[in-house]
Amino acid sequence: MANFSLPANSRVQPGTTHKAPAGAKNVRAFNIYRWSADDGQNPRTDTFEIDLDACGPMVLDALIKIKNEVDPTLTFRRSCREGICGSCAMNIDGTNTLACLKPIEEVAGEVKINPLPHMPVVKDLVPDLSQAYAQLRSIEPWLKSDTPAPPDGERLQSKEERAKLDGMWECILCFCCSTACPSYWWNGDRFLGPAVLLAAYRWIADSRDEATGARLDALHDPFKLYRCHTIMNCTQTCPKGLNPAKAIGEIKALMVEREG
Amino acid sequence: MADTKGPEIAIRRSMLGRARGLGAAKSGTAHWWAMKATSLALIPLTLWMLGSMIGLQGATRAQVAAWAGGPITATLLLATIAALFHHMYLGVQTVIEDYIHNERPRIAWLMVTKGVAWLLGLASAISVLKLAFTG
Repeated sequence: MANFSLPANSRVQPGTTHKAPAGAKNVRAFNIYRWSADDGQNPRTDTFEIDLDACGPMVLDALIKIKNEVDPTLTFRRSCREGICGSCAMNIDGTNTLACLKPIEEVAGEVKINPLPHMPVVKDLVPDLSQAYAQLRSIEPWLKSDTPAPPDGERLQSKEERAKLDGMWECILCFCCSTACPSYWWNGDRFLGPAVLLAAYRWIADSRDEATGARLDALHDPFKLYRCHTIMNCTQTCPKGLNPAKAIGEIKALMVEREG
Repeated sequence: MADTKGPEIAIRRSMLGRARGLGAAKSGTAHWWAMKATSLALIPLTLWMLGSMIGLQGATRAQVAAWAGGPITATLLLATIAALFHHMYLGVQTVIEDYIHNERPRIAWLMVTKGVAWLLGLASAISVLKLAFTG
């Protein structure tokens, strides 16, 4: 059966509170999930009170400020700080999003920050995404064509053909969507999840790709594809405003179309 | 030799091997399509059924038998039963596959569910036929 409660050693305990510096006027509390594999302790929630007058506008700015000024052991991924690398995906105020694109002002009250749900935690806000990466690799996300490229080296697309890829090439593989999906929580070992299915459809919809049938064959499975029950958390949570649920719907429509 | 004792790692298979798993079963589309088709069919059938039940309030057994015995009514009743119990099985099957991960209990529950759906469906169909043919 699916587990609906956390095992005893995963239950989150109250942690320590780091007070704001004296004289701070615009104070906001950040409740942050902490866990380390090294100390044998349960996960805990630490509270950091931050003076927003001395902090950048985004949640990532606050995390970097905490790491620089309060607790250097706070661990999280970040790189581009402009929503293109997908590193700082985490659960903020109950919704998966990118810390660098989430304004602190959008959160009412205390800012609750947790790792992406239902993935193994490496440390603090760093999830282990190796399963999702392997699933991405399993759909072979690259152009497959038996026809050699034309002598000038470019495979051409019409404007209409190219337009079909809009809304898919923008995916940055942050896995906010897959880790927001209850079907992926319960059956992530067999269900590919919205991010990977969006990537699969990106190649199915590519007019230059000649492996469309084989790609559909590889997805034709009660678990790999059809665990999607159109819950739509993926589309609701995508920090890039993409629509993985629609891409999955398009795959299902093609499956029916080729049946007859 | 360095001391290599540590936590036993039960799974050494690569992540890609696990992601590919047993491959695609090459099924699922018929299930998904049947779910949609029976949903659509059940909208008018359920409304008709409910309307008829309300209309038959206080009717005698003979009146109900006369109503159910009409060829169109009997056909629609049987169609409702088929769509309803097929849809019911497909839905419960999905729930079982979602939440029961161990192979043996999953298959056992699927068989029980299929058996219950068949028996309830057959009992309902036979009731309609009995009403239609013997009054």
